[in-house]
Amino acid sequence: MGNVPTTVKHCLSYRQIIEDYPWLRSWLQEEKIISDHDYPEFVKIVEVGPRDGLQNEKEIVPTRVKIQLIDMLSTTGLSVIEATSFVSSKWVPQMADHTEVLQGIQRVPHVRYPVLTPNMKGFQDAVAAGATEVAVFGSASETFSRKNINCSIAESMLRFEEVIRTAKDRQIPVRGYVSCALGCPHERHVEPSKVAEVAKKLYEMGCYEISLGDTIGVGTPGSMFKMLQTVMKDVPVNALAVHCHDTYGQALPNILTALQMGVSVVDSAVAGLGGCPYAQGSSGNVSTEDVLYMLQGMGIETGVNLDRVIEAGDFICNALDRRSSSKVSQARSRTL
Amino acid sequence: MMAAAMRFVNRSTLRLGMGQQYLGFSSAPKEKTASVRAAHALPAKVKIVEVGPRDGLQNEKTVVPTEAKIHLINMLSESGLPVIEATSFVSPKWVPQMADQVEVMKGISKKPGVSYPVLTPNLKGFQAALNAGASEVAIFGAASELFSKKNINCSVEESLQRFEEVMKAAKEAAVPVRGYVSCVVGCPYEGQVAPKKVAQVAKRLYSMGCYEISLGDTIGVGTPGSMTKMLEAVSKEVPVSALAVHCHDTYGQALANILIALQMGISVVDSSVAGLGGCPYAQGASGNVATEDVVYMLHGLGIQTGVELSKLMDAGAFICRTLNRKTSSKVAQATCKL
Repeated sequence: MGNVPTTVKHCLSYRQIIEDYPWLRSWLQEEKIISDHDYPEFVKIVEVGPRDGLQNEKEIVPTRVKIQLIDMLSTTGLSVIEATSFVSSKWVPQMADHTEVLQGIQRVPHVRYPVLTPNMKGFQDAVAAGATEVAVFGSASETFSRKNINCSIAESMLRFEEVIRTAKDRQIPVRGYVSCALGCPHERHVEPSKVAEVAKKLYEMGCYEISLGDTIGVGTPGSMFKMLQTVMKDVPVNALAVHCHDTYGQALPNILTALQMGVSVVDSAVAGLGGCPYAQGSSGNVSTEDVLYMLQGMGIETGVNLDRVIEAGDFICNALDRRSSSKVSQARSRTL
Repeated sequence: MMAAAMRFVNRSTLRLGMGQQYLGFSSAPKEKTASVRAAHALPAKVKIVEVGPRDGLQNEKTVVPTEAKIHLINMLSESGLPVIEATSFVSPKWVPQMADQVEVMKGISKKPGVSYPVLTPNLKGFQAALNAGASEVAIFGAASELFSKKNINCSVEESLQRFEEVMKAAKEAAVPVRGYVSCVVGCPYEGQVAPKKVAQVAKRLYSMGCYEISLGDTIGVGTPGSMTKMLEAVSKEVPVSALAVHCHDTYGQALANILIALQMGISVVDSSVAGLGGCPYAQGASGNVATEDVVYMLHGLGIQTGVELSKLMDAGAFICRTLNRKTSSKVAQATCKL
């Protein structure tokens, strides 16, 4: 386009087209969903093992072990590692050492260490402990919200609004989670429109990214597609992430579906840490190793070294005296 | 409808490449780099080929009593599965688990409308199978020379010649033959396997007269990336309606690979109840994908299978009790505990 005047180039730019014809965006996004699969070239993995993973493990892990796990993960190439949760230790004893963990880890440049902050108190404690990124947790199911955090969705949003506003003032980015995006242990079916409503609220309040969680792992590519299609009408796809649980073995096909729809951020937990609190003994989080294996096989860049993640997984499984839930890890350790 | 929503729409489109800002409006249809991949709606129906009693049990260490095998197959017949691989007419010297092949074949209650194919590696096995009442057989080729040599002691070409004999006899007896190709996306000895080689072997089996070719990821190393490339190559030589996928879940990739295959028009999927059958190349690792998990995904996609998941899980629970092992099906694990 060397001889084309700048003004014409400007008019021809995609961005300008979208500005002039906003209706085109959703048309094009729909097109992208159903046309030839253009997978993202790069996928960002958000490692939730140290928080979501350990939080759902029965054994209380010593602080130095948590710190060593995070330090090992920091050398794998992962760019986001959810470190801990500033929630009351009365509710989540596993996270009682949140301050020591956050202050004890060796922060690697270019790696972010978000922490959960369910309310203002948690947020303030987090900031005092040196947090530079936080996360808030909404739910798409009223019953789940009440049973899990003792308040309605609307009340939780008010709580988060305070946190997000304060975070913005301090220039601390906030990530939003929506649980029960594909099903609820109490309500069973969850309407995609409800998921979209909560996601939109969190996004408009100022969350830079919304992670949509299949909390009990009941989703399939069918329900994932419907849910994402609806949410993407209200939240841009580059601000979305998927947080799939593997309780019914559906996590990887669900993630694949999300990638096909343009999502390029995937949450996972090293060694598949964290069982499902709603199906005792069943698996929970999808394992980072298995996700990486799939992405690598598809030629999608992640910047993460699979072998190092396997090492970190072996370390924490030894410490927990449990088998890895990662099939890749199991296969690698047993290949003749 | 889900399937309709996923249908490829052949109209002009603006390409949303990362960092690209150019206009691509044109009246010509968009060029497809992966020609087969996006062009199909998901199938409305998928035929599940249950390989638990053969492929599954063959790779279990504990030898299962004949009555238990028969009971398992009968339970599977009741669950609505249309095809159940019953046993293998291979020498018991090589595969002791299948030594009771004749008793099993004669002992099961064959449900009308359900096929019970059996493996027949050679003419001797084929004749024994026919005598025992088999009305469908299967033969096994490999896309890897080394695997063929180590597994059945001959080259791929030699094995295909052996099968020609079986095909001839099967044609005369009007017995349908299913062809398997192993190592389609990776070999434990050769490593990478060329999609062209897979296509070649698949084409040979198909032209010899196999009505269906099941493409097996024998060591479960495949991903949506390698599956796509392989299926693209094979579907150039064999019509997609005659293809099936036989994915192993050793690296957790099976369901994602199956989804890709469905998107490419494949509508036959092999699986094993309770995920029976570990991987002989990675001791202790999983092998076959669990039928329950496949059915769960398919039903979630609105795809019909004819299978009743609860009855299938009963069969899985039964065989796991018999084998004194935990199920490898995540659906089964989750469902018992909610």
